[in-house]
Amino acid sequence: MSVKSRGEMVFSIFNTVVMLIIMFLTVAPFWFSLVGSLNEGLDYMRGGVYFWPREFTWGNYIAVYSDPSIYSAYFVTAARTILGTVLHVLFTALVAYGISRPNLKGKSVYMIYIMLTMFFAGGLVPTYLLYRDLGLLDNFLVFIIPSMFSVWDLMILLSFFRSIPESIIESAKIDGAGEYRIFLRFIIPLAMPALAAISLFNGVGHWNSYFDSLMFTTSESLQTIQLFLMRVVTDATFAQGMGAQAAQLVPQQAKKISPETLKLAMMIATTAPILLIYPFLQRFFVKGIMIGSIKG
Amino acid sequence: MNNTVKSTKGAEKIEINSIRWFRIISQFELQSMVWPGLIFLFVFAYIPMYGILIAFKDYDMFLGVTGSPWVGFDHFVEFFFDPNFFRVMRNTLAINGLNLIIGFPAPIIFALLLNEISTMKFKRFVQTISYLPHFVSWVVFGGLILTILSPSNGILNYLLMQLGLISEPINFIGDANNFWYILVSGEVLKGLGWGAIIYIAAISGVDQEMYEAATIDGAGRLQKMWYVTLPSIMGTVVIMLIFAISAILNTGFEQILVLQNPLNLDTSETIDTYVYKTGIQQMRYSYSTAVGVAKSIVAVLLLLSANYFSKKITNQGLF
Repeated sequence: MSVKSRGEMVFSIFNTVVMLIIMFLTVAPFWFSLVGSLNEGLDYMRGGVYFWPREFTWGNYIAVYSDPSIYSAYFVTAARTILGTVLHVLFTALVAYGISRPNLKGKSVYMIYIMLTMFFAGGLVPTYLLYRDLGLLDNFLVFIIPSMFSVWDLMILLSFFRSIPESIIESAKIDGAGEYRIFLRFIIPLAMPALAAISLFNGVGHWNSYFDSLMFTTSESLQTIQLFLMRVVTDATFAQGMGAQAAQLVPQQAKKISPETLKLAMMIATTAPILLIYPFLQRFFVKGIMIGSIKG
Repeated sequence: MNNTVKSTKGAEKIEINSIRWFRIISQFELQSMVWPGLIFLFVFAYIPMYGILIAFKDYDMFLGVTGSPWVGFDHFVEFFFDPNFFRVMRNTLAINGLNLIIGFPAPIIFALLLNEISTMKFKRFVQTISYLPHFVSWVVFGGLILTILSPSNGILNYLLMQLGLISEPINFIGDANNFWYILVSGEVLKGLGWGAIIYIAAISGVDQEMYEAATIDGAGRLQKMWYVTLPSIMGTVVIMLIFAISAILNTGFEQILVLQNPLNLDTSETIDTYVYKTGIQQMRYSYSTAVGVAKSIVAVLLLLSANYFSKKITNQGLF
């Protein structure tokens, strides 16, 4: 290796500084919010609490978790995440396996029919009217059924299934196995890395989704955690009401909370599950992207 | 004579068709795996496409899409003369334009810079951190932005005050002049690491011998980045650009709704939020569908003109 020139040294330092700034900009907002959520409300309002709590308290979290609607929101979100992801992956994989078989009759027509939906969409209002006609409005199933199938994931799985050696499927057929048996016994285990990656992405999507709960549900009992947070974040009176309610429910903490710190605690409580599975996610997503990039 | 030929041909056709159908039915098991997916798409993709017709009708709940009376382009004309028309069009184009100009090159630059880090551990660490915002919902990320910009106790105002640059806190998000830039910066930061993955993968596929040859020719690191790495990933860049342009006007509903407030409405109301407000909240179904269709028309016009200019300037078009 040649000795680094002065220009290259400057570039290295500049590059490292840029990376440090990017990392700071990414992590700092989370840190500030965590610190704020662990600080006493009234003290936080005086400003200057960013890097470490000044008046430490668990009060904001006690207040957040004393509100019964957060448990209902957690429950709805967890239910849609688990149920929605499992059904999505199984259903999409089943269709993808069928499409991936070279002997499937009518395949080219099916492919055009499927691909067309990637370029044209009905838009929000026709979709809304369809859900209304199907009785999906303000129904838990609106979180599950419309997201059961995705053409993008179908494409990813197609390219993965094509890489499975044909001889495995052929020999299973000779042993008298039907298509469903082959799918369950051979394809699913072999495609596990792709299925796991898709499940993780889909699960995160379900957890983070607030669009559908905002558009298609109205009742409190179907409120997802993201929609709940959305109300807290964007509606000042809602946050104040929550603060007042928390002060009533846990009077001994009343002095330690403010709508602002409650909001921060709520934000952390919503993100916590994502942050907890992030290390696992991270192992999969590079793989997942690679599988996807084979196609495109 | 002619007639008999025709009829035998017809008979052959029918026979071929019936053989085709027989084949499809004989694959009952395999077909039964595919058909639920096809039916799903019919219901959840094709029926809403058919529902677009209500943009040209006066939708009546009791008459349905088919039965409602036709009104032609009335709703489009109404939107065109609506006082909101100029505002929502301008905001949609400005936000998406800024997003393309800043948000598209940012991950490429990030990937190139990341590639120049020689310490493997530091590189992986930066990469891991940079993906994080992608997995956080827009509600949380928007909440973080609002917290930082808060006029009462946000860190940005605090820093500016401490440095003596401002004498009293600025309500950044409440000022319509700032909205586009706040939104686009947020989107760039959120998508930076994730968007870079595809380029990092492309860079890792570049032939190492090219770098060795460049070193022998006396190229420095910046020169290698410019003359070897960048041209090598150009194919990926072009594909991603096509995706970005074809998705133009389709980005950003959730993030806008989180950051929107009555004070910045003048620059934060886009076609998507306008469709939501007129369609779902005010239940003006036909009108809002027409607004959505107008958006698609503008998007197609943009794509065609981008293609035209690309052909004029570089002799290469997207299609």
